[in-house]
Amino acid sequence: MKYRVRVRVMPRGGLLDPQGQAVEHALGALGFDGADEVRIGRAIELALDAGSSDEAETLARAMCDRLLANPVTEDYELAVEGR
Amino acid sequence: MLRVAVVRFPGSNCDEDAYGAVELAGAEARYVWHRDTGLDGADVALLPGGFSYGDYLRAGAIARFSPVMAAVRKHAEAGGVVIGICNGFQILCEAHLLPGALMRNDRLTFVSKPVACIVEQTDTPLTCALRQGARVSLPVAHGDGRYVADPASLAELESEGRVILRYAGGANPNGSLNDIAGISNAARNVVGIMPHPERAVEPLLGNSDGAEFFTSIMRWPAERAPAAALATSDPTRS
Repeated sequence: MKYRVRVRVMPRGGLLDPQGQAVEHALGALGFDGADEVRIGRAIELALDAGSSDEAETLARAMCDRLLANPVTEDYELAVEGR
Repeated sequence: MLRVAVVRFPGSNCDEDAYGAVELAGAEARYVWHRDTGLDGADVALLPGGFSYGDYLRAGAIARFSPVMAAVRKHAEAGGVVIGICNGFQILCEAHLLPGALMRNDRLTFVSKPVACIVEQTDTPLTCALRQGARVSLPVAHGDGRYVADPASLAELESEGRVILRYAGGANPNGSLNDIAGISNAARNVVGIMPHPERAVEPLLGNSDGAEFFTSIMRWPAERAPAAALATSDPTRS
């Protein structure tokens, strides 16, 4: 069965996120004064053949651990849905 | 003659400079392609700078899975010398042959300029011809050069004397933790640095401070042979 996997990769909390800071400043310049703690990550979607939702999640975690996220600097969350 | 394999990935762009610097130092250089499965009998694997695979996903993340990287890993695990410069350093971190990671520069700009660096350790294949504490000017050219590691890894690097090159006080161009510009693995046969010594090897280029780094590669087998176990850094050596 085909599963849709959505991965959200974010820079680990505590690490400087210069992109997030730059966007935060730009939002301030636009007048959105209330916006802070801006952080920028990455979203990855893929379709995956697997026997079950659990198997799809296991495979997707292995992909994240080995390639999609850097375990030193990033955290990830993933969601698996049938389609 | 010492043989150095310059590993080319799609997007490498400092490969020819590295090749030239190796030859200038008196070693034999050869190119190895990312699809190759061996290092063509080389003594040293050199991963040059550039933007392998367009820096897609993260700098060095895709190159890490090139067929040639299995040979590089095997070479490193057997004690062979592996050197990564700039993108090569990023690849070695992604491959976990070196700890930590290189993230986006703190001020978001691509930095391309000469930067003052201090040689911290001279018992490595890239610095053994230099003097400990020497101040050198080396070109940097990177957008993702901010070295980060978790506190435990960072403490280990410092206590084991594995920070081999540091940006001089006030010269840190990217926000690297502890001003780190280059590190080695525990066995000291795998080293990575962000600056580009291969771009500064001849007076004609306006700077030859990088030449000694390539002399080091040449000298390392003899340096290490008599007393590999001692591996002391001698500040009187020049």
